[in-house]
Amino acid sequence: MAKQLTIFLENRPGRVKSICDVLQQAGLNIWAFTIQDRGEFGLVKLIVDKPSQAQLVLAERGFACALKDVLAVTAPDQPGNLSKLGTALLQKNVNLKDAYGFVSPSDKQGICFLEVQNNDGVDIAALLTEQGFRLMSDEELYEL
Amino acid sequence: MEFPFWSKDIETMDRARLEQLQLQRLRDIVGYALKTPFYQKRLAKVWIHSPDDIKTLADLRKIPFTVKDDLRQSYPKGLLAVDMEQVVRVHSSSGTTGVPTVIYYTRDDLNRWTDLLARGIVASGATSKDIFQNMMSYGLFTGGLGLHYGAERVGMTVIPVGGGNTQRQLQIMKDFCTTALHITPSYLLHIHQRMAEFGIKRSELALRRAYMGAEPHSETTRQKLQDLYQIDIFNCYGLSEMNGPGVAFECCCKSDPHVWEDGYIVEIINPVTGEPLPDGEQGEVVFTNLIRHALPLMRYRTRDLAYIHAEPCPCGRTHRRLSRIQGRTDDMMIINGVNVFPSQIEEVLMSIPEVGNNYMIYLSTHEGLDRLTVKVELYQKLFTGDLSQIDSLKGKIKDKLRASITINAHIELHEPGSLPAFEGKAKRVVDERIRL
Repeated sequence: MAKQLTIFLENRPGRVKSICDVLQQAGLNIWAFTIQDRGEFGLVKLIVDKPSQAQLVLAERGFACALKDVLAVTAPDQPGNLSKLGTALLQKNVNLKDAYGFVSPSDKQGICFLEVQNNDGVDIAALLTEQGFRLMSDEELYEL
Repeated sequence: MEFPFWSKDIETMDRARLEQLQLQRLRDIVGYALKTPFYQKRLAKVWIHSPDDIKTLADLRKIPFTVKDDLRQSYPKGLLAVDMEQVVRVHSSSGTTGVPTVIYYTRDDLNRWTDLLARGIVASGATSKDIFQNMMSYGLFTGGLGLHYGAERVGMTVIPVGGGNTQRQLQIMKDFCTTALHITPSYLLHIHQRMAEFGIKRSELALRRAYMGAEPHSETTRQKLQDLYQIDIFNCYGLSEMNGPGVAFECCCKSDPHVWEDGYIVEIINPVTGEPLPDGEQGEVVFTNLIRHALPLMRYRTRDLAYIHAEPCPCGRTHRRLSRIQGRTDDMMIINGVNVFPSQIEEVLMSIPEVGNNYMIYLSTHEGLDRLTVKVELYQKLFTGDLSQIDSLKGKIKDKLRASITINAHIELHEPGSLPAFEGKAKRVVDERIRL
């Protein structure tokens, strides 16, 4: 399971930079990021190269941050893939709580990070493989 | 000027006779007080065992002061002086912490209190011809029911609408040709700002007077509101420990409210030493309730700061006037007429684990009304990373606060360590309200 770092930040200038500075000083690398905005504050979500260390370093500086399990899913870049993914999850009553992703133009691979609610204890890895997707293993992800 | 009176004999009674009356009533009250567990202990310590131990008014000073905390500690029945069966009314007011204070009244207590309110209403020039819209909260607060009973006794037409729902308030004023209001200064201002929104013009209203209470306000504010509405506004002072509104009421002269001295002994003391101060000097206001038997209270420290006017009023009343309240000796806030202690807010916040220990209280003005904003920090260790946790946290804080202080607060969530930290005494309240 990939680890996503979620950080609570006030919505005002300089906050995102402050996290980036801390991570940079610790020699850590950010691979993906997105912000869930709630007006006065937001949740910044990061995929980093060393999640546990990143959390420690940020927590030491006083940030409210938590690690969450997310699925790192990959598939070749093809139209309709996201729809296929959605159908597969729906059929097994798996709820998608959060998702973000991108396609790497150079190798035409799509990677997305999914937070799911697995209501019925389904074998998600098997489910995804059937549909032509691949769950990235930790080694694979953290060797990116 | 013609000055109307409800009880002219009493209101213009010469000082010597008035003080005799006070002494007689004080002795009665001591008798009732000695029936309560609280005062039995307190008065025994100063060798007061019966009303006979009070021989002159100066002996009042033998009686120790009573404070808000005493009421809290003797909740619920430590100060009850009669059988519960004789209690026909119970009112409550905010305590410094979650424990409220309770006030009991017998039928005669209510009657005497109502009479004082009728006195005040008539002193302001109102009559049974007035149509009275009571816009203060009904319920456990004394503000609503207090004036309600007083207005009914005078024979006014009483509309017990309570607070809120501005559109309906204005419609009622128009439909019933309301002439008199009982309202807080901030709400009175707020309504004016919204009249256009509801298509109501001042010329369609029959308003002639308002009784303002529950919030201290400046003379400038009173004048501005009088000009805005083209009405007469009268200050009305009270506190539930002394029954409720109507402890002091302005007459037609509108130069500070007369304390009804047959109902209350008023003292001004140095808040640090407890020594009495002469008329004209500012100090802490202390009252002894001469007309309530169910829950006797003597030498109650209000924590309000004011002075007594030495000069008599042109109306001819011998009951002295109390100045505007000029401050508090404690940190109590008044938000839209409701008393709130910062410690009440702190108590609620400390009971919520997801919130850190640091917080700030901001008071601001929004559309004429007071707004309370409580800023808290997320507690780092309990953050799960879910938005749902944060959404429900805001709701939880708001609901718990409302249950404790009865008003709605705006909640702001902040990062850990981002609110001001204090070395030495924390100044957690920032009051940026616009005062007219």
